Order: sequence, then C-alpha cells, then structure tokens
Amino acid sequence: MTDPIDRPSAWWFFHGVRGIASLPALILMSAFVGFAGFAVEAGMPMGETVFMTGIVWALPAKVLLVGSIIAGASLPAAFITVTLSSIRLMPMVASLIPEIRSHRTPTWLLLLLAHFVAVTAWVFTMERVKDIPREHRAMFFAGFGMTVTTVNMVLVAIVYSTVSVLPAMLAGALFFLTPVYFLTSIWASSPHRVVHIAMIAGMALGPLFHQISPGFDILYAGLAGGTVAFLADRLIARRARSAGR
Amino acid sequence: MSYQWLDTWWWPYVFIAVAGWLATDLWRWLGVVVGARLKDDSLLLIWVRAVATALVAAVIAKLVLYPSGELKHVPVALRLLALGLGFAAFLALRQRVWVGIAVALAVLIGGQLLLG
Repeated sequence: MTDPIDRPSAWWFFHGVRGIASLPALILMSAFVGFAGFAVEAGMPMGETVFMTGIVWALPAKVLLVGSIIAGASLPAAFITVTLSSIRLMPMVASLIPEIRSHRTPTWLLLLLAHFVAVTAWVFTMERVKDIPREHRAMFFAGFGMTVTTVNMVLVAIVYSTVSVLPAMLAGALFFLTPVYFLTSIWASSPHRVVHIAMIAGMALGPLFHQISPGFDILYAGLAGGTVAFLADRLIARRARSAGR
Repeated sequence: MSYQWLDTWWWPYVFIAVAGWLATDLWRWLGVVVGARLKDDSLLLIWVRAVATALVAAVIAKLVLYPSGELKHVPVALRLLALGLGFAAFLALRQRVWVGIAVALAVLIGGQLLLG
C-alpha cells in the first residue's frame, strides 16, 4: 500500500471531486433546486440565475440579492444588503485557511480557492481535513469546491428549464432544508464546545437584534454571540483546570 | 441605478457582479489575509471560529423566522416546531444529520397537511 502522503496531487483533487456524492453535497443540491424554483417565481431570467449561482455562490447572499432585485433596490442598496449578510464569510475563510494551507501553498491560490467557500464547503472540509495530509489539503478542497459549484450551476439550469413552477409545499420544504442542514451539520462537524455555545447564542441573538437593528442584525448577533461563546468557553476551561488541580 | 436601469443585455450581469460577486468575495479575500496570520491553535482563531458560527446561527434563525419564498405561507409556530423537533431527534439519535432533516421536513409537511 502506498503512503497517502505519496499519492499525487491529482489523486487528492479527485478525492475532493468524489465529495459530490456526500450527504452535504446532496442536501446543498436540494437547496439549489429550491433556489431555482424561487428564481423562476421571482422572474429572474435563466442566464442571470446561472451566472449568479457560480459567481456569488453563497446561498443566503443569492436569496437576498434576488430579493433586492425584485424589490427594485438600487445598486448601492443591494450591495450593502448582500455584503452585510456575507461578513460571516470572512471568519469562515479565516478559520479554514490555517487548516488547508501548508507553508508552500501560494497566496494567489488561496485567494482563488476562497471563492468556493460557503457553508457547505466549510462544514465538509472542516469535518474531513484531519484525514488529509496537509500538503494535499488545498488540492482536496479545490476538487470539492469547484465540482460542487459547477454541478449546481448545471443543476440550476436544468431545473430552471424543466420545472416552471414548483408545488408550493415542495418549494417550502426545499427552502427549509437549508437552515436545518446548517444547524445539524455544523453542530455534528465540530467537537468544540465553543462552537455549540456560539450556535445557541447566535440563534437566540439573531431575532433579538432583528428587532433592534434589522439591517445589521446578523453582524451584531455574530460578534456578540461569538464573543459570549468564546468567553464562556474560556471560563469553563479555567474552572475545569482549577477543579482538576 | 436599479436592476432595470439600463435596457441592455449586460447591465443585469454588471449589477450581479457588483452587488453579488464583489459584495461576497470581498469578505472571502479579507478572510484569506486574516487567516494567513492566524496560528493553528491560537485563542484568536477560536474566537474567529466562534464568531463565524454565531453569524451562521443568526442566518439560520432568520431563514426560519423571516423566510422568503413559499415558506412565508407556513405558520411561524409550525416552522419553529419543525426545527425544534428535528434538532431534538438529531441530538437523541447520535447526531445524524439526515435524521434531523427527515424529522424536520416530516413535521413541516405533516403539519401543513393537518392544518389543511
């Protein structure tokens, strides 16, 4: 048997490609079927919908972008709405990068690969990266990210051209997949207590800040919830240490 | 400067590129810059990971409480019940993601059928 570390880069790329047949990828594809239905309903043309799928990639950002377009929002207003909802991508990428780069990974490659980061790719990679030799992790992520993005662009085009209107109950169920999937997969993918506390804090604070400051609710809930979780985690760790002494 | 501002084929694509692509990849690029400076096991990385999780958690709460599309027509109590029961089943049955999803969707669809 060859040592995993000696396998060529192409092998690891295809190992990532094979991730298309995983549960996270299948759920994301179901969510994209829902998105295609939503785009049809909103009157977005097919070319723009497929373009958006590849170039924006993050699903919540696209839903907000379509929402802004049908509301007749101006370009700056749409930009602000989408960008505020996407701030989460920064800490997501920032926490993923130390996991997938080796000291030889060039920055330009990381900048390029970062485009494929959205919740699914983040969860998928964080969960599996421990079993991949460090020098091949970027390739593994590239294989998965590029495949999932391309397949979903094709899927959106197919659904768009074959399904004119999704049955209401199915469309609702497909939309509901996303939040349930985000919640359970992030919870299951992380053994860290801090992640679980942050999840609960963010879910509780999101609606609260929505009442106070609708435009900035996600940003505030993330910063406050994440900080509370971090402090609580440190406190528990310190207590456990002093109790163990 | 709305989506319908210019009656040309390319304007919608420019709109999407600026309000969609630039608005999201800006943060991804910044994440690369920040991430390159983070050590594998530093306290700062733990905080960044907590903030990332809480941001997604806020998006989850928002997708359930203030949805767009067809989900708007499902009563909010049923949406919360479906999420709650799905999550409870997920925790009870060895944290299997598909269990949580199956239960949540069953409650969501079953509830709508019961309500008529």
